[in-house]
Amino acid sequence: MTGAPAITLTGSHAFRGTLLFDTLALTLPGGQWTCLLGPSGVGKTTMLRLLLDLETGGSFSGAITASDAAPLQGRISYMAQSDLLMPWLSVRENVILGARLRGEHPDMSHAQNLIDRVGLGEHAAKKPHQLSGGMRQRVALARTLMEARPVVLLDEPFSALDAGTRADMQELAAEMLIGKTVLLVTHDPAEATRLGHQIILMSADGATAWPMPDTQPVRDNRAPGTLACQAALLDHLRGHIS
Amino acid sequence: MKRLDGLWAAFLGLAIWQACVWLTGAPHFILPSPARVAMAAYDNFGLIFEHALVTSVEVVLGLLLGIALGVVTAIHLALSPLARRIFMPLLIFTQAVPVFAIAPILTLWLGYGIASKILMALLIIYFPVTSAFHDGLMRVDQGKLDLAQTMGATPARIMRHIRIPAALPALGSGLRLAAVYAPIGAVIGEWVGASRGLGYLMLLANGRAKTDLMFASLIVLALIAITLHHLVGALAGRMEAYSRPIAR
Repeated sequence: MTGAPAITLTGSHAFRGTLLFDTLALTLPGGQWTCLLGPSGVGKTTMLRLLLDLETGGSFSGAITASDAAPLQGRISYMAQSDLLMPWLSVRENVILGARLRGEHPDMSHAQNLIDRVGLGEHAAKKPHQLSGGMRQRVALARTLMEARPVVLLDEPFSALDAGTRADMQELAAEMLIGKTVLLVTHDPAEATRLGHQIILMSADGATAWPMPDTQPVRDNRAPGTLACQAALLDHLRGHIS
Repeated sequence: MKRLDGLWAAFLGLAIWQACVWLTGAPHFILPSPARVAMAAYDNFGLIFEHALVTSVEVVLGLLLGIALGVVTAIHLALSPLARRIFMPLLIFTQAVPVFAIAPILTLWLGYGIASKILMALLIIYFPVTSAFHDGLMRVDQGKLDLAQTMGATPARIMRHIRIPAALPALGSGLRLAAVYAPIGAVIGEWVGASRGLGYLMLLANGRAKTDLMFASLIVLALIAITLHHLVGALAGRMEAYSRPIAR
């Protein structure tokens, strides 16, 4: 059904001789959502940066591979908690930023199509400061999709939004990222339960999979299975923190 | 409203000046009255205009060249860590040498013409422009730089499409400072050795006890500086609004 590859990361990472995580093994199934939860400082951001091939300030020994054995470079796009929009560019110009940065000719009609699909068709010429937080995050989603990459990493992209807007954004992202291999880093058990095909808990001891309800995402957040999973996950996380 | 405030300030300044003349009873070759200075300005309009033109050319050329050189330097420093390591300490060292002390050397090398004054204005604004713009280029949100890198951008394109637009407000602040410093540089150059320009005319008038002419020249110099400050300020304001931060 999909060509998005599965991604496997195995290895350890150290900052100046201190291990951040040791012999971590994480697999992101192809074309599915993996939600990653864990306390702050456990290395979630470092792992994202490793996958994105960004500077981590430490040293990684291990391997990051794709199931189709092709190199990952240029096949991963990224969306952060902050929208990272350029305030001097319009919505449309922000969406085509990637093409501009690579010196390519952007496909303007595709860009407009994506802007329409995130519901900002009438706002394409506006600057970011003229938009609400939720609208700006929708522009960031359109920009991420414009990159047309099979793997998408989301670093708490909805955490700064109000509850209603967050739920809308979750549904929109789930719909628009169908078929892609997605890793969502989140602190919110409800969000993870709603969106994840699998949930991975990351701790100092490594990564463990959390049992999922037998329904498919996006899950109804009133369904008993979803609620039970959420509650159990929250209990587990609280036990970890206290 | 703001323009009216300026008028009131000028009126107040004139009143204080006139009061000083009355209260001290100083002779006109020590402290001429505003009216006397206005007469001197009227009588010597051609002379003052001619010298003001020279000073204006020096200031504007010094400003343009200094800004261009500062912008180019800042971009190169921001692009190359090696250049930063080698050139930054040198740049800071040059700031330890008072520009006033270099003026006689520049006059010796470049003569009494406008070249030494342009260079003087250039030197005095080069560091503030370079430093302000370089700070802006280096202070860009790391998240945006990371995003650009994941999109496959080269450092040169990141510079062009992200760092430079994001640093325009900082450059705007540098330009405001430059507009204040450039006239100072040109006039210092003229005092050290010149045959034209308002600084030269002031020294000449002073030597002949034409204090009213000296004051008239000084006021014209101040008017040039204020005009420049407003013009550059308008440009800097636009640059500051360009990458207006998003309200959170």
